[in-house]
Amino acid sequence: MSLPLVVLLPFLGAMAAPLFAQGGRTAIAIASTVPALIALAALFPHWQTLADGGVVLHTYEWLPAIGLSLSFRLDGLSLLFALLILVIGILIILYARYYLKPEENIGKFYGLLLCFMGSMLGIVLSSNLLLMMIFWEVTSLVSFLLISFWTHKKGARRGARMALTVTGGGGLALLAGVLIIGQIVGSYELDDVLAAGPIIKAHALYPVALTLVLLGAFTKSAQFPFHFWLPHAMQAPTPVSAYLHSATMVKAGIFLLARLYPALAGTEQWFYMVSFTGMATLLLGAYIAMFKHDLKGLLAYSTVSHLGLIVLLLGMGTELATVAALFHVINHATFKASLFMAAGIIDHETGTRDMRRINGLWRFMPHTATLAMVAAASMAGVPLLNGFLSKEMFFAESLALNLPGYWAWLPPIVATLAGIFAVAYSARFIHDVFFNGKPINLPIYPPHEPPRYMKIPVEILVFACLMVGMFPTISVGPLLYAASSATLGVPAPDYRLAVMHGFNLPLFMSFLAFFGGLLMYSQRKRFFAFHDRFREIDEKAIFEKVVFSLGLRANRFTAATENGSLQRYVMLLIVSALAVAFLPISKMGFFIGSNGLTPVDWPTATLGAVLIASALATAAMHRERFFALVLISVVGLLTALTFVRFSAPDLTMTQLSVEVVTVVLLMLALYYMPSWTPVESSRGRRVRDMGIALLAGSGMTIITLAILTQPFSSISEFFLANSKTGGGGTNVVNVILVDFRGFDTLGEISVLAIAALGIFAMLKNTTLTPPPGDGLGHAWARQSHPTMLKQIARPMLPMALMVSAFIFLRGHNLPGGGFIAGLITAVALILQYIASGFAWTEDRITMRYHNVIALGLLFAVITGAGSLAFGYPFLTSTFGYITWPVVGKFELASALVFDLGVYLAVVGATLLMLVSVGRINPHSAIRPVNSESSYGADTTTLTQRETE
Amino acid sequence: MELVFALAIGALTAGGVYLLLRARTFPVVLGLTMLSYGVNLFLFASGRLATGSQPVLGTAAQYADPLPQALVLTAIVIGFAMTAFVVVLSLRNLADHGNDHVDGDPKKHTPASKHARERRPL
Amino acid sequence: MTHWLLAPILIPLLGAILQIFVGYAPMPLRRVLAIVTSVLTLAAAIVLLNLAGDDTYRVYAMGNWQPPFGIVMVLDRLAAMMLVLTASLALLCHLFSIGGADEGTRQFHSLFLFQLMGLNIAFLTGDLFNLFVAFEILLIASYGLLMHGSGSTRSTPGLHYVVLNLVGSSLFLISVGMIYSVTGTLNMADLAVKVPQVSGDQRFLVEAGGMLLLVVFALKAAVLPLTFWLPRAYASATAPVAAFFAIMTKVGIYGIIRVYPLIFGANAGEMANLGMNWLFPLALATLIMGVIGAMGAQTLRTLVTWQLVISVGTLLAPIALGSQKGLAAALFYLLSTTWTVGGLFLLIELVRSQRGSVSDKIVMAPQIRHRTLLSSLFFFGAVSAAGLPPLSGFFGKVMILQSTTSGVEMAWLWGAILTGSFFTLIAYSRAGSVVFWRNIEGEIENSTPVTPLLAISTGALIGMSVLMVALAGPISAYTNATAVQLLDTRGYIQTLQAPMVEEGS
Repeated sequence: MSLPLVVLLPFLGAMAAPLFAQGGRTAIAIASTVPALIALAALFPHWQTLADGGVVLHTYEWLPAIGLSLSFRLDGLSLLFALLILVIGILIILYARYYLKPEENIGKFYGLLLCFMGSMLGIVLSSNLLLMMIFWEVTSLVSFLLISFWTHKKGARRGARMALTVTGGGGLALLAGVLIIGQIVGSYELDDVLAAGPIIKAHALYPVALTLVLLGAFTKSAQFPFHFWLPHAMQAPTPVSAYLHSATMVKAGIFLLARLYPALAGTEQWFYMVSFTGMATLLLGAYIAMFKHDLKGLLAYSTVSHLGLIVLLLGMGTELATVAALFHVINHATFKASLFMAAGIIDHETGTRDMRRINGLWRFMPHTATLAMVAAASMAGVPLLNGFLSKEMFFAESLALNLPGYWAWLPPIVATLAGIFAVAYSARFIHDVFFNGKPINLPIYPPHEPPRYMKIPVEILVFACLMVGMFPTISVGPLLYAASSATLGVPAPDYRLAVMHGFNLPLFMSFLAFFGGLLMYSQRKRFFAFHDRFREIDEKAIFEKVVFSLGLRANRFTAATENGSLQRYVMLLIVSALAVAFLPISKMGFFIGSNGLTPVDWPTATLGAVLIASALATAAMHRERFFALVLISVVGLLTALTFVRFSAPDLTMTQLSVEVVTVVLLMLALYYMPSWTPVESSRGRRVRDMGIALLAGSGMTIITLAILTQPFSSISEFFLANSKTGGGGTNVVNVILVDFRGFDTLGEISVLAIAALGIFAMLKNTTLTPPPGDGLGHAWARQSHPTMLKQIARPMLPMALMVSAFIFLRGHNLPGGGFIAGLITAVALILQYIASGFAWTEDRITMRYHNVIALGLLFAVITGAGSLAFGYPFLTSTFGYITWPVVGKFELASALVFDLGVYLAVVGATLLMLVSVGRINPHSAIRPVNSESSYGADTTTLTQRETE
Repeated sequence: MELVFALAIGALTAGGVYLLLRARTFPVVLGLTMLSYGVNLFLFASGRLATGSQPVLGTAAQYADPLPQALVLTAIVIGFAMTAFVVVLSLRNLADHGNDHVDGDPKKHTPASKHARERRPL
Repeated sequence: MTHWLLAPILIPLLGAILQIFVGYAPMPLRRVLAIVTSVLTLAAAIVLLNLAGDDTYRVYAMGNWQPPFGIVMVLDRLAAMMLVLTASLALLCHLFSIGGADEGTRQFHSLFLFQLMGLNIAFLTGDLFNLFVAFEILLIASYGLLMHGSGSTRSTPGLHYVVLNLVGSSLFLISVGMIYSVTGTLNMADLAVKVPQVSGDQRFLVEAGGMLLLVVFALKAAVLPLTFWLPRAYASATAPVAAFFAIMTKVGIYGIIRVYPLIFGANAGEMANLGMNWLFPLALATLIMGVIGAMGAQTLRTLVTWQLVISVGTLLAPIALGSQKGLAAALFYLLSTTWTVGGLFLLIELVRSQRGSVSDKIVMAPQIRHRTLLSSLFFFGAVSAAGLPPLSGFFGKVMILQSTTSGVEMAWLWGAILTGSFFTLIAYSRAGSVVFWRNIEGEIENSTPVTPLLAISTGALIGMSVLMVALAGPISAYTNATAVQLLDTRGYIQTLQAPMVEEGS
């Protein structure tokens, strides 16, 4: 239980800490320390187990489907890092208490800091690679938020995004690598993976996996060529730089290399990729650090260089090198963290970090100066300090590493060179800042020692440097041993941690480095002069430029493809339909089924010919809109005739009634629209479209022919058999509609209802101005409601209603039914609107169409639900016969009530649609010529009705 | 018989598709209508052609397949609702942009981002 | 036969009818009724989820007609999952809408509920033509909703959306006709029986029909090259509508998952895995197109609409590969991405309401009110959308990556998904830091306050990705079982033998 707790505690703290923000910095600092301390305490009980080379494992099920488990592992390696994270974390918390200003968002700061602590602990304690992945990316995200803590600073925002892009991207690569390893091993549990080392290295995908994992590690640990994000991360508050970007997070990559050492290391690829990357980073970082005038910049690049050093050691692949690497992890963390804190203090007290201005601080803050100088000396690798020891081991290993031929010289030379630079920039840090004359116009003058407690963390770390430097065996010996054994997976080789290993080549290299460095520093003017010849490159600017241009190109590309042209989109749709259908149809070819073609009679032939002609004519003459409208209504009528010709009377009636309403609607629309379609698309475009149309048409013809000539049997036998007995109607189509497939019909009337509502809503206070004439120059007829029409229309209403009643009642047994009846009624009513105008009609039709629609739907639903009462499913129909006077024996089917619902819905919906369109009120200026305009009359009523 | 029928469907489809690819709302609406005629006939055809055998029990010797007829009837109704909606939508488009081009005002190309501009009540 | 299958259809339908009746009643009453309806729908969906948990198919025969003759509703794990997803999304969007987005027309709530009904029918129906009807219901309702709200900017994208979908409906009818003309049936289970028996030249008709159907679904799902209608339509819709529309593309995906493994699945003889070889590359292309769109986005909304496209590609690629693991992974990711994207749409509306005329353009502006709340919500939403840990998007993507076995497909899929995540990460971090952090001096006029209701509904939707992580185990177990159920078609075919209610029983 304790291990998950160790990881969980900081997160809990992160949630709790902000609550203490009100209590001020001290309160929140204490609140944040508590979880860290408990976590630290929770680790100690395990020490004995680890010292004996044991491992503590806690595993809990989480997501077995993807091999993800909450399993945590504590061994020497994870303990080493956990201690670094916790101890330095606590010191940082204390330090930040004095670093932050009271008015800053301390709640956010400490919350994020603890989040980071938790996820970092998660990385080092996870025993499941996927779990580690999760924490890994979380550290990137949190560091993003911490770098950009001062969100108002442009540099901070950019630095943060750059860091996130590099480390987050690397994380994705790592994820891929981890998944491949998982596929090879068949498990993400660390034990299995480490045990499967040989299998992994033998696997074909090993190079891929290795490269991806290394990408993750190198980006995180700022290795060349991904090092550039780290210096810019220094825009963060100094506690963050000290904690994340020198002591812990940037070590995550190194931890990963060490963690997967048994699984991945020991191959050619590993050696070359890792060690050479390390070498390059080591040298580059050390060189650039020399020339940074910004205090934190210098430290940042020196961090890069030291990370390179550690990576190089791990790359060497010898056991001793690994020991040295882990040793240097400890040492670097201690002295670099203290140096960052010192830099923070100086920044805090002088208001600048520019070493060209900060000089001679010795006189102002001797205490801080002493601490900083010791730490810097350790960084330079001065004897009796911990930096010296690991560097000695490093030199030794660089010599031990025997590359073929002259290459053997490369590592030692690189190492010495880097050592020289290290000494030089350390010397610069000490001399420029604390001596070298007087300060030059500091923002804060005179600077003085920081608050007592602000120095305590630094003192502790510097003390550690000394302790390790002088008594390595007792101070870190056991821990280092445990760590190295855990890393190597075998007991660590016997090595001597001694202050001196006697006079040998490594020592000589150290001397060389030391004096070379001092010499170099004394000659710094020349080096600076030399360095200044090259233009400083600002990675942030480049990054921004790249992202920006990417965005620009992407935007251009999008604008070019998603160009808002319906014509293109429709074309794409139809072409893709043709494309997918083409293959099977071409395989089938022009195909006449076994039934063959039946001879055609003259009436049908003429019907077809006229239909085809008028269809093509509509397409050809579509510019003359009114004419096209007439033509298409002809097409509609002929379609209706086709239906009746091929024994579908219901369809004919439906088609006809729909036709009428559609035409009325289109007429109304055309009243507002220009009556002529201009020529817009080029000739080529038109030809292309004709081609597409031709393809579509011929495709449909071929398919239809193939279908019509095939023998065929369908489920319809059932309907014919059960229509009368089961559905109580002889008109099978109608029975299907209201009974067998009544649910479709319910959906269908819903569609109608929704359409009407949508239209009504859409046209609400939409205004349109009809053109003054009909486009051919004639003005609109002066009299909007001809008397003739009125005289015919009004008596027609009752007749039409009777007809629709008749159609409705016979529907179940003969062609007809609710839908057709509804449309007839609607048309009759519409006729009144057209003939007598809205005002007149509105006065007489008081019902509100919305409610008619709703009533219709309700009827249908209730009839359907009625059967539930008898334990039958929805829409189960029943029927019986009653004898009415006059009418005689008459069938009463529940389906009939359902059909009544259909009828009402259709009437309501159709009228609502047409009336809404009719209501579009034109600008009063150009209303139809006659005074008593129907439109003018009801605009008012409309607006009154519709104002919320 | 079948050939004529198939050609008719082909003609309706072709005409409809051509009109669909026009740049103004009115022809596009006509295209949709005509295409739906073609599609309805096609769906009807999936039950094969039969003459003088309407599926009303007791009125014919053998009956045409009633199911496609029912489906087409539903399709016609739905098609009617859709046509009505698109007609009105094109009117709204006309009202909003002062012309009946399918892309509103194609001269000033508005990238998608601009569409999300005007304030809505919240 | 349990009547519960009726609930997710009748509840919203009755609610919608009620909304029409009370159309002129005071707003508070209408809102209460509307929300109650949504809540009841969600409750019904949850009941069905529990029913479906036992891996048996439940059949509801409309009109008590034996399938394949009558229309049946079929409840299985997939249907139940989609119902719950939709109902939960709908409820939260609906809650958001009563914050004021529902004003303007009296039809908003009825349209919203009608759309909900259409979606639920689509997920439940076991009849191909009834699926068409369901599509028409949800489409016509979506047309209405899309046009809801003031301003003149949305009629053109609306027109594009409508016209394209009308052509799509015609294609749907054509493919139904082709399939019926050979098989003579419409019931999906019956089709699963009959299609494999089709032979000779008739096969090509069915094949063409199936491919056309795929085009229809691809249009709904906005797969390349049928993607382009989506961004403007969604970018112009009212916030809760846009958020609710996050489910619309998933309807197309649902159609593919429902129809193809069942009817054109592994045992469809010569037509096995019809069209999937087309779908895979197109899915990847869609994913890439979405990433490019996101990179080039100039407003937050455009960014998220393209995120929708990205998720479509990410979902369809493993579905096209058709492995059971892939299907399960896709279903898991489908839940995650739908909730997240919906939440982001709502969030962006809140941001817009704070930024006055600057709206959601990715440019600097005076600091907004509620910055901490909104920026943290955005952070979580973006992390989940980009598929970074520790939120559900990451888990979904990991499952999808794991589902592929090494090969060319793996290389393509991994490459596309991971680089996609990388660039979306860049896009989101850029957008977020500019909008929330890069501030200039000044005050924003007419910024409306974020009411608790709005904040809660938004937060809840985005918070789903946290909940999914907590419940990752059970959820992935459910999606796995769903995938198993989908790929073993025998169970579905058994629905043909479902017993009807007998006389007097």
